[in-house]
Amino acid sequence: MTPAKSPAAADRLSEGARQERRLGWTLCAPAVIVMLAVTAYPVGYAVYLSLQRYDLRFPQLAKFVGLSNYGAVLSSPFWWEAFWVTVLITVVSVAVELTLGMALAIVMHRALFGRGTVRTAILIPYGIVTVVAAFSWQYAWTPGTGYLVDAAGTAPLTDHWKAIGIIILAEVWKTTPFMALLLLAGLALVPEETLRAAMVDGATRWQRFRLVTLPLMKPAILVALLFRTLDAFRIFDNIYVLTQGSNGTGSVSILGYDNLFTALNLGIGSAISVLIFICVAIIAFTFIKLFGTAAPGSEMGR
Amino acid sequence: MTAATNKRVAGWGVANTLVVLYALFPVWWIAALSFKDPSTLTDGSFIPQKWTWANYRGIFETSEFTRALINSIGIALISTVIAVVLGTMAAYAVARLRFPGKQLLIGMSLLIAMFPPISLVSPLFNIERFLGLFDTWPGLIIPYMTFSLPLAIYTLSAFFREIPWDLEKAAKVDGATPAQAFRLVIAPLAAPGVFTTAILVFIFCWNDFLFAISLTSTTSARTVPAAIAFFTGSSQFQQPTGSIAAAAVVITIPIIVFVLLFQRRIVAGLTSGAVKG
Repeated sequence: MTPAKSPAAADRLSEGARQERRLGWTLCAPAVIVMLAVTAYPVGYAVYLSLQRYDLRFPQLAKFVGLSNYGAVLSSPFWWEAFWVTVLITVVSVAVELTLGMALAIVMHRALFGRGTVRTAILIPYGIVTVVAAFSWQYAWTPGTGYLVDAAGTAPLTDHWKAIGIIILAEVWKTTPFMALLLLAGLALVPEETLRAAMVDGATRWQRFRLVTLPLMKPAILVALLFRTLDAFRIFDNIYVLTQGSNGTGSVSILGYDNLFTALNLGIGSAISVLIFICVAIIAFTFIKLFGTAAPGSEMGR
Repeated sequence: MTAATNKRVAGWGVANTLVVLYALFPVWWIAALSFKDPSTLTDGSFIPQKWTWANYRGIFETSEFTRALINSIGIALISTVIAVVLGTMAAYAVARLRFPGKQLLIGMSLLIAMFPPISLVSPLFNIERFLGLFDTWPGLIIPYMTFSLPLAIYTLSAFFREIPWDLEKAAKVDGATPAQAFRLVIAPLAAPGVFTTAILVFIFCWNDFLFAISLTSTTSARTVPAAIAFFTGSSQFQQPTGSIAAAAVVITIPIIVFVLLFQRRIVAGLTSGAVKG
């Protein structure tokens, strides 16, 4: 930008900047208002509800009880069981997805032919409705209907560990493609010359991957991990269809849903909702600390 | 061709086939179930022994499924249109204008993208009952458009940053009015990005289950994913397996059509927002 030559020019410039600023705010206002009205206000209301004794079957008994709902949840074995099940499903499925997703990304990036076909096929698990996929898995593992039952002994969905394994399998199948596409975009950023230079220097295939490709892909990997970890922690659809949370397979979201809609206890249900929100915030904060400047969106403002 | 290249071609052929099989086999399985005659439904075979359309005829005969299908299409389309319009305005500002508070907007959308929907279910359930929105179309459209706004803003602003905006100035120099410059130059350049975003947002709304079962109680607003979870079979002695499988295939068809027609765009849209920032 050229420096202002006279006071009049400076005035015009700032007038233009002011107009730009006003236009920017006007254009963003509807989106901001919607997002605030539908998330910020209800979250505040959820915090308020979580401090009440509020059972929908006895609404007249509603009263302020302070933090005692949180005490009840945090001292309940059901919360901790659901919490550890959720953590286990999140950690295992994200780890498997990262490995499998990397393999898929490499196939899509390097295959000599058929890349378009592979990308088209891989988008189907991404796009398919989670409930549909979950029903497919459920019938596959149901005795009498399924083709996979014999492979896992009788009624695997009623066994705690087998059911968790099937939930992880369903989750991994559905979301690995998304991970793979994010990693593929990262792979495309690795310059071919750097890899060739490493090859000339005598690096093996594995060394090139570990010492050149992986470090250059780090931002893409971290973004993919962040999105998927937060997403996996919210797991609900797959478990609802596959086991309904029976035999100790419920996630924290299932626990919250059951308290709200089966037990009709808005107070306890809201306390669980707020605790889940806090867990997600902690995960996000930890990741963004790790990201540093590579955080998604940090480049957007520039 | 040498033996070495032959071997490499074969290797990639095997890898590609494995990926395609991985992606398609649960889809094939549910489709196979939907074509099985009720008498062979429990034979567990991977290919139907006796093919039939009976399951499809069954679900289209009752209003339980058709009503849910209309709800799904209507709610997803309206949410998509609103989210894309609001998202386009905000994304244009983010990509092209300088104004304070931009970082705040980006941070806020990121926060909402990470938000656990279950945390909103209990307050929204209560607020919507109070406002009379519970079990209505707007009751689902409102959370859907909110949760898809971050996706829309991210994807669109990534697309908008790629547009050569100088062309607009060039068109004006050549004598075009601002309206003409927008209609003939900018709109055609922006359309593919807007369209791609609309597909992604539609898939997102089409997929939702948690809000659909929490914020509805009758068939008046229940979408297909929620409705099939409550299917009961055409008689009380019959398992709803065949109906669920047929309904599942019906709602998978639009996804497969999108993927087959717009594979390239969907991949570009999914990755642009996340990697370029």
